[in-house]
Amino acid sequence: MLESPRPRHGEKAIQGLLALCALLSVLTTTAIVLSLLGPTIGFFQFVPAGEFFFGVDWTPQFEPPSYGVLAIVAGTVSVALWGALFAIPVGLGAAVYLSEYAPPRVRKTVKPVLEILAGIPTVAIGFFAASFILPSVVQPLWPGDLHGGAEKPFMALAAALGVGLMMVPIIASISEDAMAAVPHGLRQGAYAMGATRMKVATRVVFPAALSGIVASVVLAISRAAGETMVVLLAAGNTPNFTLWPNEAVQTITAYIATTATGDIATGTPEYDTVFAAGFVLFALTLAMNLMSIRLVRRYREVYE
Amino acid sequence: MERPAVTVRPGEFRNGSAERGKVFELRDVGVDYGGVPAVKEISMDVHRNQVTALIGPSGCGKSTLLRCLNRMNDLIPGAVVHGSLRYHGEDLYGPSVDPVQARKLIGMVFQKPNPFPKSIFDNVAFGPRVQGRKKGLEGIVEAALRRAALWDEVKDRLGDNAFGLSGGQQQRLCIARCIAVEPDTILMDEPCSALDPISTNKIEDLMVELKEEFSIVIVTHNLQQAARVSDRTAFLMVELDADEDNRWGRLVEYDETEKIFTNPADRRTEDYVSGKVG
Amino acid sequence: MEAGGVASERARLASAGARATVAAALGRQPRRDVALNAGFAALLLLAVLIALAGLAALLVQAFVKAAPSLSPDLLTSMPSRINPEEAGFRPAILGSLQLIAGVMLFVVPVGVGAAVYLEEYADKSKWWNRLVEVNIQNLAAVPSIIYGILGLAFIARGPLDLGFVALTGSLTLALLVLPIVIIAGREAIRAVPASIRQGSLALGATRWQTIRRQVLPAAVPGIATGVILAVSRALGEAAPLLLVGATVFITFDPTPFSEFSALPVQIFNYAVQPQEEFKALAAAGIVVMLVVLLAMNSFAIWLRNRYEQRW
Repeated sequence: MLESPRPRHGEKAIQGLLALCALLSVLTTTAIVLSLLGPTIGFFQFVPAGEFFFGVDWTPQFEPPSYGVLAIVAGTVSVALWGALFAIPVGLGAAVYLSEYAPPRVRKTVKPVLEILAGIPTVAIGFFAASFILPSVVQPLWPGDLHGGAEKPFMALAAALGVGLMMVPIIASISEDAMAAVPHGLRQGAYAMGATRMKVATRVVFPAALSGIVASVVLAISRAAGETMVVLLAAGNTPNFTLWPNEAVQTITAYIATTATGDIATGTPEYDTVFAAGFVLFALTLAMNLMSIRLVRRYREVYE
Repeated sequence: MERPAVTVRPGEFRNGSAERGKVFELRDVGVDYGGVPAVKEISMDVHRNQVTALIGPSGCGKSTLLRCLNRMNDLIPGAVVHGSLRYHGEDLYGPSVDPVQARKLIGMVFQKPNPFPKSIFDNVAFGPRVQGRKKGLEGIVEAALRRAALWDEVKDRLGDNAFGLSGGQQQRLCIARCIAVEPDTILMDEPCSALDPISTNKIEDLMVELKEEFSIVIVTHNLQQAARVSDRTAFLMVELDADEDNRWGRLVEYDETEKIFTNPADRRTEDYVSGKVG
Repeated sequence: MEAGGVASERARLASAGARATVAAALGRQPRRDVALNAGFAALLLLAVLIALAGLAALLVQAFVKAAPSLSPDLLTSMPSRINPEEAGFRPAILGSLQLIAGVMLFVVPVGVGAAVYLEEYADKSKWWNRLVEVNIQNLAAVPSIIYGILGLAFIARGPLDLGFVALTGSLTLALLVLPIVIIAGREAIRAVPASIRQGSLALGATRWQTIRRQVLPAAVPGIATGVILAVSRALGEAAPLLLVGATVFITFDPTPFSEFSALPVQIFNYAVQPQEEFKALAAAGIVVMLVVLLAMNSFAIWLRNRYEQRW
């Protein structure tokens, strides 16, 4: 009477099918690594690692070609850095305001607006950067370049500000979450001792939420490094080993996007450079993402 | 108080009343969670068409023991059940036993009413549907709601969401849901502890009615309830090991309810039921 | 002097002194502190306003630049490299619609399946399950262009070798947004209380019956919200599509196995043309895209509010 009326094969089969779906995520990561690794290894067979990792001239299409990846890494770093310089104060300021100062009604309206900003497609931000930020914001303040040239159609700073605008919601919302996780008891203890709101925000809440805040910044920078459309539209496409924000630069993503379009042939050195550059990008963002994940876990563990 | 000449040991019954079938036979049943014992060496028999109560202070493993009876401990990772537990003579933990099947025969009502976020009708019909029934559901639902003394209150609103019912009604709905599956035993884990006194009374009356058709085992920390409702009562207590690091539950005494409450054999039982210790 | 007079004088002085002390402790802050605090609060508010102003400027500028171009013809005309007056977004819009239909077909079963497995079946203490979790979190943050590389190497060419067709685009985008669905699905499933599962199992339902008949129906609003978020993301992505063959000058309506285009890619292509008219066209495309996204996200919010289960 306690045996099952018929064998429950269906249950096991369903469990297996669902496990396969979950496994797909691991397969995807493996596929990404494999797709990058193969051609990268091929690449390093004809380009010495030293030239790649330490060279500052990235001209694979020229004769003779030069494969110094630092030129495009510099572009990525420039955009991400200047973007962060804009996004960190704005994002953190907004986060502290929403967490410690804003009355509930203001919070209710501002938070969704920030989420809207997070959902704007990057091509729209790129268009905004190229057609508004560049001519109306950056160029009036910084006409031409330092060498006395004419007004430029592309500038790292314009792309950086666009990317920065993208980074603001990431920093603001994760930092705000981290601050909200700080127990009220800590704040109330400080208020009870006569601390002002500013002191509580800067001396109590901010340090307590620090690992979450740092995680948000790292994640935002990782997003900035991986951004393609904004830099294609506003930063230009010439590799330029510089961090000056008023120069046109080419980021890793821009290089990949312009070189790997449809008609490229497998097995050519050019094809391999795309993957080598992609590998560098993947490694950089992977390191930043893992760091950010660990930091988020740490702040969640402390209080939960 | 007079002490009887012969001490009644758990598992043996002195009275010579009419032979009753045994629903559960427990011999040295124990439960560990991740290697740490929660309950040890329980031996007792649960009889058919009776209400059997498990009482004792918090932490003595009453709910753990109850969950053994319908294989719900299987759902807790790291839970291991020792000893022998027979259900109508069959080993409940035998290798060919399907826990899903066992739970169709041994139903459970939980401490906090847990209706599904569906209509009243769908709540009660869930069990039969899951067993494959497609037709005749209206009749089954009505019968179950009547047996649970809830039909009159909900018959005009079977399509309403179950969450709209009061606590006591929700619990009776859970009982109806359980009955619809036609089990032969119903386990109740502190079924009234989340309810008001009036609902509690209704459910206690219900228990006495239901035992004509089902065998009922309840866990309760309400001594008066156990005294009012049950035919037999088992008293469990916490035992500490030598270093006082580990604690587990043990069966102290198991007998007819009247005996437990008026003339218990064990001093500890007497202290508990008279309120000297909580 | 009388003793009473001295005593009352002392009492008066003492209480005046006490009052002054309390007033000093509880009274107004020194002006410098007040200014500092006010300044800080103002800076914070400025930060919020800058963010809001940035968003507002973006939206206003897009609408203003798009104004000369906005007309229903946008949706029905084919693109053109030469003639901005007659150019439109028709194949791009159709392409985007096909792409997201493909994305949904893939992402809903696989994403929900993975979420169900991870929440209901997986033993959370085993290391390989935690590996899967970290994997998903990481994949959610990998740059979108890397997914383009993946699509190029594995789907367009490589093992699947589907070529540069819409299906390839769908699969590439689907892999990109799959983590969003999995993460949202897991949260929705996790929100269903254990008491519901226990109640179901105690009635003799199997694990899958419990999932199918209780857990999933209760989790649907949360899962649907996740799917809509994923689709919004997929709609706006251009970078991966550039690598898997989203061309911009097809002048026919695309099918899953033909060459294809997509709205953000078409916008990009118009945006890089030097003529002002094309830039206006690009802005118009952005307006169309934003309107669609706004509609989708409003629907998601409505869905969540209407069907959210309060336990």
